[in-house]
Amino acid sequence: MQNQNQNLIERLLSGDRRALARMVTLIENGVPGIRDCLAELHRHAGRAHIIGITGSPGVGKSTLVTQLTREFRQRQRRVAVIAVDPTSPFSGGALLGDRIRMMELAGDPGVFIRSMASRGSLGGLSAATRDVVRAMDAAGYDPILIETVGTGQAEVEIMRAAHSVMVVCAPGLGDEVQALKAGILEIADLFVVSKKDKPGANQTAAELAMLLSLAPDRRTAAWRIPIVLTSALKGEGIDQLVEALERHRRFLEDSGLLQQRAQRQIRSEIEALIVQKVLQHLEEEVSPGEWQRLLSEISERARDPYSVARELEERLGLPR
Amino acid sequence: MAATRPIRVLVAKPGLDGHDRGAKVIARALRDAGMEVIYTGIRQTPEMIVEAAIQEDVDAILLSILSGAHMALFPRIMELLKQNGVTDVLVAAGGILPDEDIPAIKAMGIKGCFGPGTPVEQIIQFVRENIHPERLQVEV
Repeated sequence: MQNQNQNLIERLLSGDRRALARMVTLIENGVPGIRDCLAELHRHAGRAHIIGITGSPGVGKSTLVTQLTREFRQRQRRVAVIAVDPTSPFSGGALLGDRIRMMELAGDPGVFIRSMASRGSLGGLSAATRDVVRAMDAAGYDPILIETVGTGQAEVEIMRAAHSVMVVCAPGLGDEVQALKAGILEIADLFVVSKKDKPGANQTAAELAMLLSLAPDRRTAAWRIPIVLTSALKGEGIDQLVEALERHRRFLEDSGLLQQRAQRQIRSEIEALIVQKVLQHLEEEVSPGEWQRLLSEISERARDPYSVARELEERLGLPR
Repeated sequence: MAATRPIRVLVAKPGLDGHDRGAKVIARALRDAGMEVIYTGIRQTPEMIVEAAIQEDVDAILLSILSGAHMALFPRIMELLKQNGVTDVLVAAGGILPDEDIPAIKAMGIKGCFGPGTPVEQIIQFVRENIHPERLQVEV
């Protein structure tokens, strides 16, 4: 089994698409032993610019990803795309339809597209996304574009996975900008107003500019958040957008923020790994029957959740 | 562990016909059966379908075709799969497939053929039962 792993990793590192695809499957399914593979891949990763693309459903994220990929390809870059769509909370199934809009990229050996279902994660990504990025990074793709599920206001998980976060807004969605105010607005490194050929695009851009001008650190901030208008229909604005992304990458590198962000992300990854391990131990420690007994006692008010948690923590050997 | 993972299916429409209602009904039904369905849209070349199947590492490819070009397109798809070393993926087809072509289609390695009026439950069950057993026991 160990040899089989090593073989898969070697094939992945040498650019074998099938090996990468299989590795992604193994990561998504959290098969035993995957952490050792990821540890090995980590040594080869760290070169890619990771770009997050987020925004409400239907604003044109997939179309924009397609156009961005094409532009990066013209600049001789190998591009990987992760497109996340939601998993049904009822059936556990998913319909992953982002490839439909990425059709023109099919057949280009310098592009690798993977659709991922969110599998119960609520932050706009899937729990495995960051590890999948690691595998793509190790396989030599740069940049890696992550398209989140169509988001509402609070799906900000992408900021813990990407170096540069693009928030896409479309004109004509009424008080779109209002809806963006809370969480999403804060995580943008770049704003894109898509569908600039439609009426209202300039107004949406102006409203965003106004909202940005309200930020207290607007004048002193080292990075001024650009607002780029694009039209997939007319193929406009894409080169400016790629320029803005490249500028942001250089800014992150020169200011030391890239390392700072990467470290923050890795810290939250380590925390997540530990939580996962603790939950796994808990599952081994407490049988379903014991759970049932404890929960009944709590609901009959014979016991309380806090003392039960305390007792279980002790059994897991966690310090008081 | 891996036994509980969702089955991943590619639903693709090779060739030039634009009638994708059937493909969408199937995609939706498989979704509701708990599978992860990658839908590629219409007008796919064999190259596009095989490339998508590789990148998405799917367990099954379902081809929907109504144009009558199946005897031209299916062999090319199966050949490309083989060329790329993809031998563990279930392939099935649906749409307008004349009875006299079915033996030839099955001989290409396409395991199931489903004509109009097939209950979706039958297709779901077929996919579940015919996934290559090694694929569902992936371990490292």
